[in-house]
Amino acid sequence: MTEHLAYKETFDCVQCGYCLPACPTYVSIGKESHSPRGRINLVQMAAEGKISIEEITDSMELCLGCRACETVCPTNVQYGKILESYKEVKAEEEKPFILNKLAMQKGLPNKKILSVLTSSLKLYQNSGLNKAARKTNLLGLLPDQLQAFEEITPAIEKPDKKLRAAVQFPPSQTKARIAFFTGCIMDVFFAKINDLSIKLLQHAGCEVTVIKEQTCCGALQNHDGDRSTSKKLAKENITAFEQGNYDYIVNSIGGCGAMLVEYDELLKDEQKWAGRAKAFAEKNKDVSVILNKLDIAFNKEMNITATYQPSCHLLNVQKVSEAPVQLLRSIPEITYIPLPKGDMCCGSAGIYNVVHYHESMDILDSKMENVKKIVPEMIVTSNPGCHLQMSLGVKREGLAHKVKVVHIVELLAEACGIK
Amino acid sequence: MITDEMLRQLRKVITSSARVLTDKADLVSYSYDASFGSYIPDLVLQPISAEEVSGVVKAANHWKVPIYPRGRGTSLSGGPLPVHGGIVLDCSQWNQKLIIDSDDTVAIVSPGVITAEIDHAASKHGLMYPPDPSSAHVSTIGGNLAENAGGPRGLKYGVTKDYVLGLEVVTPEGEIIKTGGRTIKNVTGYDLTKLIVGSEGTLGVITEATLKLIPRPQAAQTMMVIFDDIVDAGKAISSVLTSGLLPSKMEIMDQSSIVAVEAYEPIGLPLDVDAIILIEMDGHPIAIGDECEQVKKVCLAVGAKEVIIAADDESASRLWKARKLVSPAIVRKKPTKISEDATIPRSKIPEMFKRLKEIKEKYDIDLVVFGHAGDGNLHPNIITDKRDREEMRRVEKAVEEIFATAIQLGGTLSGEHGIGTMKTPFMEMELGEAGLDMMKRIKLVWDPNNIMNPGKIFPESKDQRLVLIND
Repeated sequence: MTEHLAYKETFDCVQCGYCLPACPTYVSIGKESHSPRGRINLVQMAAEGKISIEEITDSMELCLGCRACETVCPTNVQYGKILESYKEVKAEEEKPFILNKLAMQKGLPNKKILSVLTSSLKLYQNSGLNKAARKTNLLGLLPDQLQAFEEITPAIEKPDKKLRAAVQFPPSQTKARIAFFTGCIMDVFFAKINDLSIKLLQHAGCEVTVIKEQTCCGALQNHDGDRSTSKKLAKENITAFEQGNYDYIVNSIGGCGAMLVEYDELLKDEQKWAGRAKAFAEKNKDVSVILNKLDIAFNKEMNITATYQPSCHLLNVQKVSEAPVQLLRSIPEITYIPLPKGDMCCGSAGIYNVVHYHESMDILDSKMENVKKIVPEMIVTSNPGCHLQMSLGVKREGLAHKVKVVHIVELLAEACGIK
Repeated sequence: MITDEMLRQLRKVITSSARVLTDKADLVSYSYDASFGSYIPDLVLQPISAEEVSGVVKAANHWKVPIYPRGRGTSLSGGPLPVHGGIVLDCSQWNQKLIIDSDDTVAIVSPGVITAEIDHAASKHGLMYPPDPSSAHVSTIGGNLAENAGGPRGLKYGVTKDYVLGLEVVTPEGEIIKTGGRTIKNVTGYDLTKLIVGSEGTLGVITEATLKLIPRPQAAQTMMVIFDDIVDAGKAISSVLTSGLLPSKMEIMDQSSIVAVEAYEPIGLPLDVDAIILIEMDGHPIAIGDECEQVKKVCLAVGAKEVIIAADDESASRLWKARKLVSPAIVRKKPTKISEDATIPRSKIPEMFKRLKEIKEKYDIDLVVFGHAGDGNLHPNIITDKRDREEMRRVEKAVEEIFATAIQLGGTLSGEHGIGTMKTPFMEMELGEAGLDMMKRIKLVWDPNNIMNPGKIFPESKDQRLVLIND
């Protein structure tokens, strides 16, 4: 069992402790066992049979997987690999709850299943039932975390079919040919952001195609230790995006993007796929990177003070830090204020905020302390999970009337007059 | 080792169960620091008041259970390692107090405050807390005080001990005492403050410190001096420091570290050279402009190939980034890094370089030299793999020879990392039998039951040798 742990990688850690201040769980929990250095040591000891997987579970499961430790690590420890190896061993050890596994293997990749879910959610929202539920406190029956998220879940809008059906050509000369990656959850809960991304890219001079055969990126499955499903999905995506000669594959989801750029790592041991995965990974870019390279014509003055909360996976895995900020600053009449300790995770981390609600809220509370220091009128995000979490944070602080939370694409689209 | 009765007593002292750690995953997480060896404690406590520490230490002294104060475990010498089991006293969560008194120009801090945060808070009042160990953004002031940490700015501003006016300490018998005060001048009785600072947690637990702050320099200017021969670099260091100039930092990188950095992340360092020195001058902007020109002249006169003065802050920070990248760059080859800090008088720098080269060849090891050249606090780093037992034995011998060489040249075992567990076998070599015995007697008077951080500073047997790997 333990031979699957990334044992060799743990030796890259010289235990200097430089990761401690960058780790949200070390900062909030205050125990070495909840720091990256502590977790690396625990995995090493487990691999040596000196401690059981069971005994390290608490520490490992509370890791957000934000990978901020990798960014500050002076010796380049591949923490993500070490964490994933634990997840894989853990998943093998305890065959996961069957429904959960079914949802991961079949639900996420299957747009049909997701759209049934969407339709019912939309129906639920349109019917006013959700309001009624809130009023009569029906949702009080649910655990407090579900109630918290129910209130901030956005109204669901179906993706614009026309945008997806045909290639979108720019108004004049084509500067880049782009295949757009929609993501699965994103395209259900934030389809509007995908639509706006496509229009913005087109506005900035790109030819944009939405390839129908694309599927889920496999990130959530990978974080859950189900590497084989992730590999299967990766191969499907690689094959799908090979069908045209595109300059870039672009997405607007920090978390998915991080998975896509690591397909080469995921498939490096499969001779047939390694090269193709590498080529695919290199073409993947966050929408902010591409838009920042091109000239965007703005036609509206925003007159707003805004701050930026980076997506951890955009920042620490895709290593994109400057592009979103430069884009923000280029918007007419916008005052950009850096968020103190902005590079700390907000505690969203996939489904962490649902599974580990209380730990996540502790992390969110310290995030909001920093937001309150600057009181922006707008918090700009680059990933749907962060978007929801920051909305929740703003709401918990009673700031919802003062501080708006948007995806960077929404803000850019507004400044360009794109609807 | 810890009886149920004792644990019950300790739980009465530290009433929050969240700060009493007994799970295996927690215990093994306090078994290491940034040095070598792993020792699992029986219990970890996270105190946040002097009264709690006093209660814990009294219990430990009563039951004769060893106790090990710890900050954030960035020690490179094994300071917080629980080598004989017992209780680790993790003070890292005790960061509640950080007061800057700008009238008295002092900072009052609890032991878990991060060192860099003291300087940051002082900067808001135009003041500075100079000690800047490279781990300052991670390490706690308590650990820095216990180890008497240094850093690049030590050249001009001195080290931790030069900024401590007063301490609150829990003695190994559990009494809360105060040493020194909050005045620059204070000659009342023995200077226990200086005795505690650098005592590596063997004489008590520091529970509060009053630190001296100084006016913050207005500006700084960075320059890079390039040499074809590292011996000339040594000469240049001496010449600059004897020409009436005092840089705030003077850091050297040898050829292997330059090559490693450029291979790791191209910064634009010259590759066809033997060594570079990075120099920072700080003070009034007009004065430092003039001083940089003087430094340039002095360096060129002793054979520097080229002197480049950073045009702006951006190019200055690029140069300092190169220095920072040495560590990650050199461990790409092999994962284990043994960072030594044997320190020699400035005039012996060229000789030390020569001897280090001989040691590198003799034991066939990867040895890189960089560090705080200006104060003779070189950091010979050995790059190895702790799983390679045969090589580790050679490394142990090489390290022993580095220590012996430093002492021969009139230097010391440790400039800023401390003795801890690693250097105990060499104490007598530097201090002599009587010198070491005086230190032991002081320890015995303070800590009659030897419960306070045992196994550190003093060799536990006559034939103790340097051991970098344990099982």
